[in-house]
Amino acid sequence: MHEPANSSPVVEAADLYRSFGRKQALAGVSFTVRAGECLALFGPNGAGKTTVLRTLAGLLRPTRGEARISGHVLPGEPSVRAHIGIVSHHSLLYDSLSARENVGFAARLYRVPDPDAAAVRALEKMGMGVRMNTPVRSLSRGMQQRVSIARAIVHSPSVILADEPYSGLDDEGSRSLTALLGELRAAGAAMIVVTHNVAEGLALATHASVLSAGKIVSLLSRDAIDEAAFPAHYRNLVGTVQ
Amino acid sequence: MMRDAWVIAKKDLTIEFRTRSGILSALVFALLGLVIFYYAWDPTAVASIDLAPGVLWVVFTFSGLLGLNRSFAIEQSERAIDGLLASPASRSGIFLGKALANLVFVAVVQIVAIPALVLFYNFPIARIAIPLMGILLLAAIGLCAVGTLFSSMAVNTKLAELLLPMLALPFFVPIVIGAAQSTAKLLSGRPAIEAMPWLKLLLAFDLVFVLGCTLAYPFTIEE
Repeated sequence: MHEPANSSPVVEAADLYRSFGRKQALAGVSFTVRAGECLALFGPNGAGKTTVLRTLAGLLRPTRGEARISGHVLPGEPSVRAHIGIVSHHSLLYDSLSARENVGFAARLYRVPDPDAAAVRALEKMGMGVRMNTPVRSLSRGMQQRVSIARAIVHSPSVILADEPYSGLDDEGSRSLTALLGELRAAGAAMIVVTHNVAEGLALATHASVLSAGKIVSLLSRDAIDEAAFPAHYRNLVGTVQ
Repeated sequence: MMRDAWVIAKKDLTIEFRTRSGILSALVFALLGLVIFYYAWDPTAVASIDLAPGVLWVVFTFSGLLGLNRSFAIEQSERAIDGLLASPASRSGIFLGKALANLVFVAVVQIVAIPALVLFYNFPIARIAIPLMGILLLAAIGLCAVGTLFSSMAVNTKLAELLLPMLALPFFVPIVIGAAQSTAKLLSGRPAIEAMPWLKLLLAFDLVFVLGCTLAYPFTIEE
């Protein structure tokens, strides 16, 4: 169920700055995402989208500003990271292990009770029940992405950070991913989806934001988004629609 | 922390013994090294007792590096390291898990190489088996602690396989000296008590390296 709009934010980016040498990847990014909300983060290559997600996953320390999950400042204590599930354009999988071993390994790291059963459930949810004992290297890219998503949700995270989650998925896989992420959002997960694809992002979003050169140049709630006009709005902001 | 370490070590060992690429390379390297040293050896000039400890530790050090190189390389291809670092597993647990898997790797190489050494250099091992196992274990712990730390640093560079030995070998030197000296005492039939100062030195290096490397690891992966 959706939480009331005035509930406290689950994900907070507070004036995030991050530089890599001389390159300023983030320059004062701020937003909040509450339980049951999904922020779609659009932007061209090099806009800083992945840097935002990596900072919120505790993988990068901001140069300035704070990233918080459920009020805890990241990177923080390891237990804070137990609330987060990440999906990346990399699969984060070990190719010589089977799908079940990969997801079971993640379940053990996240201290999920009965990790093997949890891994099977997550894989079945992603339609990978039949191929769960296949080594990941023998699976197609789309199937690997499904296993990767099963890995991300095996511990029922309250925050899902997805970086180009549709990468490598066929139409059926994309539809089932949208349905699954929609279910997780409806169950109260806070979600940030980074994508180039405006249509896929808007299918899930309660808010849409456009990042350009490390700055948020637009942040709109779903009610304020005219789906037909959004691509033109985006084009005006960043110069292209991909 | 130890639970995380065990889960990670078990995963690494499953991958290693399933693919067998690292362990086979290390075993072949160790056995070939022993053979080369054997045929380069003039028994009339140098006694086997004098040569064997040096041969043993040169072989273990360089074959161990092959496994250490793979330790973090398996995390790189699909950025599985991000999955580890974003999980609630502690950084220390990740380091100790990797080091534990490397320790098992080095121990397997030792288990195969020691009988080969005995065969080539023809010395009785039964009476010194237990103290020798102690030396092997202590030295392997130190080598794996230092090697695992530098492997995590080197893996993100383009010259990882070259950089790891350059970073790690200077730190291996005190461990290898202690191990070779105490092995020499045992092989030459001296009382085990004479090897004690070297064993104490090894133990001290192990404590410093395991503690220091565990504490330093989180800083080496910080972006």
